Amino acid sequence: MSQDALPAVGLDASAGRSSRRDLARRLAITVVPILVSLVIAGCVLLAVGVDPFAYYGFVVQRGLLSGLGLQQTLTRMAPLLFIAAGLIVAFRAGIWNLGGDGQFLLGAVTAAASAPLLVQVLPAWLALPIAFVIAATVAMLWSLLPALLRAYQGVNEIITTLMMSFLGVSLANVLVKLVFLDPSTTVPQTRTLPVPDRLPRLFETTVTSGLVFGVVAIVGVHLMMTRTAFGLKLRTVGANARAAVHAGLDVPVLVSAVFALSAGLIGLGGAIDVVGTQGNVRADWNPAYGLAVIPVVFLARMNGYAAIGFVFLLSVLSIGGESAARRLGVPQTFTLVLVSIVLITLAIAEYLDHRFDRARRV
Amino acid sequence: MDGLLSTSFLAALLFGAVTAAIPLLLAGLGEQMSEKAGVLNIGIEGMMIAGAYLGFVGAYYSESFWLGFLAGAAGGVAVAALMALLCVRIGLNQIVIGIALTLGLEGLTALLHHFQFSRSYPRLPAAAVTPIPLLSDIPVLGPALFRHHLIVYLAVAAVWVMIWVYRRTQLGLNLQAAGDKPAALDVAGIDVVRTRTAAVLFTGAMAGLGGAYLANVGAGLFIPFITNGAGFLGIVLAMLARGRPLWVLAGALIFGGCLSVTTAAQVAGVNIPTDLIQMLPFLAVMAMLVLFGRRASLPAALGIPYERGAR
Amino acid sequence: MTERTMDRAGTRPAIVTLEGVTKRFPGIVANDRIDLAIHAGEVHVLLGENGAGKSTLIGMLSGLQQPDAGRILVDGAEMAIRSPSHALSLGIGTVFQHNMLVPSLTVAENLALGGRWWQRPAIAELTQRVAAIAAPLGIEINLGARVSELSLGEQQQVEIVRALLRDSRLLILDEATSMLTPQGIAELGALMRRLVERGLAVVFITHKLAEAAEFGDRVSVLKLGRKVGEIPPERLRSLDQAALVEEIVAMMFGRQAGSAAVMIPPRAANDDALLEVRDLAVARTADAPGLDAISFTVGHGEILGIAGIDGNGQKQLAEALAGQRATAGGSVLLAGEALDGLDVGGRRRRGLRYLTDDRLAEGTVGTFPVSINYVLKQIGEPPFWRSGVERTGEIDARAAELTRLYDVRTPSIATPVGRLSGGNIQKVLIARELATGVRAVIFNKPTYGLDLSNTLATRERIREIASQGMAVLLISTDLEELLSMCHRIAVISQGRLAGTVRNEDSAGERVGRLMIGLAA
Repeated sequence: MSQDALPAVGLDASAGRSSRRDLARRLAITVVPILVSLVIAGCVLLAVGVDPFAYYGFVVQRGLLSGLGLQQTLTRMAPLLFIAAGLIVAFRAGIWNLGGDGQFLLGAVTAAASAPLLVQVLPAWLALPIAFVIAATVAMLWSLLPALLRAYQGVNEIITTLMMSFLGVSLANVLVKLVFLDPSTTVPQTRTLPVPDRLPRLFETTVTSGLVFGVVAIVGVHLMMTRTAFGLKLRTVGANARAAVHAGLDVPVLVSAVFALSAGLIGLGGAIDVVGTQGNVRADWNPAYGLAVIPVVFLARMNGYAAIGFVFLLSVLSIGGESAARRLGVPQTFTLVLVSIVLITLAIAEYLDHRFDRARRV
Repeated sequence: MDGLLSTSFLAALLFGAVTAAIPLLLAGLGEQMSEKAGVLNIGIEGMMIAGAYLGFVGAYYSESFWLGFLAGAAGGVAVAALMALLCVRIGLNQIVIGIALTLGLEGLTALLHHFQFSRSYPRLPAAAVTPIPLLSDIPVLGPALFRHHLIVYLAVAAVWVMIWVYRRTQLGLNLQAAGDKPAALDVAGIDVVRTRTAAVLFTGAMAGLGGAYLANVGAGLFIPFITNGAGFLGIVLAMLARGRPLWVLAGALIFGGCLSVTTAAQVAGVNIPTDLIQMLPFLAVMAMLVLFGRRASLPAALGIPYERGAR
Repeated sequence: MTERTMDRAGTRPAIVTLEGVTKRFPGIVANDRIDLAIHAGEVHVLLGENGAGKSTLIGMLSGLQQPDAGRILVDGAEMAIRSPSHALSLGIGTVFQHNMLVPSLTVAENLALGGRWWQRPAIAELTQRVAAIAAPLGIEINLGARVSELSLGEQQQVEIVRALLRDSRLLILDEATSMLTPQGIAELGALMRRLVERGLAVVFITHKLAEAAEFGDRVSVLKLGRKVGEIPPERLRSLDQAALVEEIVAMMFGRQAGSAAVMIPPRAANDDALLEVRDLAVARTADAPGLDAISFTVGHGEILGIAGIDGNGQKQLAEALAGQRATAGGSVLLAGEALDGLDVGGRRRRGLRYLTDDRLAEGTVGTFPVSINYVLKQIGEPPFWRSGVERTGEIDARAAELTRLYDVRTPSIATPVGRLSGGNIQKVLIARELATGVRAVIFNKPTYGLDLSNTLATRERIREIASQGMAVLLISTDLEELLSMCHRIAVISQGRLAGTVRNEDSAGERVGRLMIGLAA
């Protein structure tokens, strides 16, 4: 792995026992780039004739401060948290799983196909978990080829996962249109899971309980990566594959496990979104969460707890952005612009910090 | 009943294959140079969409296809310059920056498009074709291959230019050395960073041109996310072609053929989802990676920033 | 200025002069106040062990690195050599130890590298010039051949010709003989002679005494980053071979600071073989030699040295023993128990330990804290993990204990290990491998790149382990190190053991003979 020599964003895989000054520095190189990015993105808004303050204000109002908006934001977090969890496993182990969109959609379609059938014959508490397992399995299978190619042939997983992602998105569409088509509707879509059979909502809100699963998943992944022997093995493979061999770790098996875990979690994300919120999958539905969450995971420096916060921010931006698209006429793609500017400024900040750090030590 | 195999249909199919292949060819040739010089240019998708947007804007306002292509190439170069600055010069992670640039430019171009054109959705007039005398009169093949916009012939000619550059010029040697053994280039007195920067900028220009072609000639208008992975396909083409421009051409034509079949099937009203056919090129890529993945020998220093005398 | 350039009667002016040049890297002073004058018409030998600072010196002369202190004069004028191309333009051409040719290009293309990018490589003109340069030197060069198809000796000749094509006045040859056959070495010697006769200066870097004595007009000796002596041409001519070697040896291994103090630990009473290797074989790979029928035994409390030129299978031997590399045959026994089929962890638990020579890239994970690096080979094992869950308290307590016992200088046990100096990283590795449950240890170049005090401390640890009755296999390219502590020394050459000698009075000479392919 060449990356371990670089001041790469978030590839610092140390166990996270940092001193208070370290923490302050980390906070600074997170917050400052975000502020700078808000300014730059604001300039973009100005350039297209939108008042950035009005826009940011509206997004915060709709995504965060209004009751309904906040509930939508929290609901949106559920699938994103699963994707983030899957990406954290992969990135911490040095595996670039860029195939999230395909894995997510296949998980979603599988769940959408199986859940409505399962609830007819089984009680919901049993049917839904089975649907989840099937969805995760299908997503895992979809990552099998890149996993084997990477583990045993050394083929770069960036390309293979991207290709499998394009294939997965198309396959999901084919499945919706040909195999799992609901014959009772004219729109091509899968059978709809009746609302009572979906994941329950939390208390008296519209927030899905999928949020709880998502938080459990990402916290679980974080604890696994930081507190368990298995997680340390994965991090060792990611940080220095030669050291992993030297320490006697079975690197190909671990790499395959990483792919399976990562894809499985992302596929679960798709299933949770369908079973909890969407109820079915329409043809050509592709929210492209996979690529959008990647920057979030970098921003969080692959820390699960931080990722919860950043996923929340992304959800606010995305729900608020959807509202803004309708009301202010600023298309949602502005969120992408903002996130990518944040990612670039963050990388620069980390580079500067690294240089500063090196200069201080020599 | 005009059968599926009527001559005009076949000609349209081939014509479409060429049209679809050109952006991939341009992107693949561009990426090939970056990879030869040791830079894995994941940001090429972003360069392409920037080229598509600026190419369309340029052509629309100047009413000249050529100024449009120029603007498209310039847009690609601008993104490439940012990529070169961040990844080649200061050595940031090429994957992180590549993804960021791709996402950001997809978003930005969609945003700008929304404010400029979402009400009118203007189209460009059909691009003027330059039939090649005599050859264009051959049945089927004539209208399919020899009645294209001039840029198509130039793109194909670029394949041989690249072959010449790689085999016969000092620049070709420098690029090869920058990717295979940068230290050797450095001790020979050539600046590795500068060589790689030049390669990335060239990639930007080619990807930008490809994007502009996609928008201006292929579609006649700009649509958000119009590139839809064409840049990534360019990366795959370059990886599988391993430094051989002719292979990029062959691969682009195969992919272009698959894409053209999709469109043709739609036109002919064939009752299979286009998604199934859209999977063909990617399936082909995976099959090739499974068969030849281990041997897809990439330059030794691919993706590794060069640091002089690193120890 | 004239004083400096014409400093000695009868010597030609110095092309390059170094004054008090110092270069530091994290954890080591690679060059410490080096003074050196390089004259035209001389083969100037720079002699020193591995880690003496030769390569760093070359890096500064060829523009790859800049000195931290001191100055470099070219033709008497102070000059900062900014880059490799600047060095070339000053007439300084370098043939590096690891060749600087692009394997995928032809010889002609490699020679053409460096021209202006818009030009076409002038192959025809090149052919003429190469012929004009190579013929008088007796070199034959096939310009059309791909570099990856050439032997290492041929590649080296290409590099020498390349330096001459650039009108070099000073040719630096870095460890040029390390990969050559004896005949190739003799040819290179003759070539250097012809070059200096044509008025060039040659700097010849080597760690081999015999070559220094045979090829040099002037010999400078480096040791641990310092220049410890110089023999000028007049004196060199006045000495016969034996006296010269003796004088150089005195400089290199003189008892200064006790670095080469001989102290062979007493053997334990139990004389049974503890580690036994029978007919071990490893298949060769594209970039590494294989191993062929390696057999040896190491007794209780014995230190068996493995001598040899770097890259003759030492790393493969160590990795095969440790279970890191697949073997093609043979068996390894520890206290009579076969280890074959056991993986790294299994062998480690039986008491076989391996200290790698690549401390940062293989031995440790630089970004992980010191504490985790102590237990990197025990991930998942109690008491540090229970049911797969990390017991931070246990790990930290262990880390604190080892840090104290092995005197690791670290700001804290949470510091990323990559921030420590080389010596302290080595201490972390020693602590990890040797603290408990040891029966046999493989040390691969344990003192490579360490400063003197850490070198001495490491050697002391090795002796200590042996005197506790453990078996020690000590792989080193530093012959003096082996002579200072081993009971027996085996020589490895091209993946085979060329012979084994007891460490007695004439051992150095006998090992040396084995290393160059003669019978001991």
